[in-house]
Amino acid sequence: MMLKIGPYEFQSRLLLGTGKYPNFSIQKEAVEVSGAEILTFAVRRMNIFEPNQPNFLEQLDLTQYKLLPNTAGAKTAEEAVRIARLAKASGLCDMIKVEVIGCDKTLLPDPVETLKAAEKLLAEGFIVLPYTSDDVVLARRLQEMGCHAIMPGASPIGSGQGIINPLNLSFIIEQATVPVIVDAGIGSPADAALAMEMGADGVLLNTAVAGAADPVKMAKAMKLAIEAGRLGYESGRIPRKRYATASSPTEGMSVV
Amino acid sequence: MELLINGEMVHVPDHVRTVADLLVHFQLDQKIVIVEVNADIIEKPSYAEISLCHRDRIEIVHFVGGG
Repeated sequence: MMLKIGPYEFQSRLLLGTGKYPNFSIQKEAVEVSGAEILTFAVRRMNIFEPNQPNFLEQLDLTQYKLLPNTAGAKTAEEAVRIARLAKASGLCDMIKVEVIGCDKTLLPDPVETLKAAEKLLAEGFIVLPYTSDDVVLARRLQEMGCHAIMPGASPIGSGQGIINPLNLSFIIEQATVPVIVDAGIGSPADAALAMEMGADGVLLNTAVAGAADPVKMAKAMKLAIEAGRLGYESGRIPRKRYATASSPTEGMSVV
Repeated sequence: MELLINGEMVHVPDHVRTVADLLVHFQLDQKIVIVEVNADIIEKPSYAEISLCHRDRIEIVHFVGGG
């Protein structure tokens, strides 16, 4: 079963961020090992006086990846729309991760501005993936508006706290008619596997890999965790019971 | 003329007349960049047609690592 976002189909359910790696060679290897087909990027001013500064995007075979630029840095819908238009004008992508931050300390998204930006960008024909809080009603509103995926945070960006409100996340997943991609806050492979076991359609992470002591190995771990979690979800886990049930037959035992 | 590029006033020689000229001047013509002139995004096919004026506000942006 593939992950479908708008018109696009992906084998991998891991979306990988491209920030904060120790160096480009480690990053390149981590990206390859992760199996990710969707990579996020930010849009920033270029240093025009150093045109030959290495740029990770230019080292990628762009036929192998779909770019998912984000609107990071935007604090209003207007700013997010501008960044999205700039990204699209590259001619390299039509997907956009709407990210409108409403609080510098927690980096939690501004729900009102996120909603406004998503509406505008949908009208302009973008494939819109909003980064949102784990608010159940907000997720539904974004979905009803026509967003192509919903990306609730597991916990604050870069915090590595994992899924702090599994109940809300489960409500969002249950009501979803578009893919739910758990974005932000994933710390360990266990966090990623849990998100997938809960029925998420994908996981977007960056710091958990880029900040690991061995980013390449962690990229592999995340890939495997997401695959394992997905398989677990699809196979249907056993219910939890308070008391034991023997795995070995209780009949035919020799007298002890 | 003087152009306000990425928030900085920059002097460019007289032969720089269009967006295409500007990118060649800064050796950015083979790079993945996006250009805005006075808050209007310039589509690539128009680079050679958009003339620049003294004190135009130019933004030249690109993709960097991010989550």
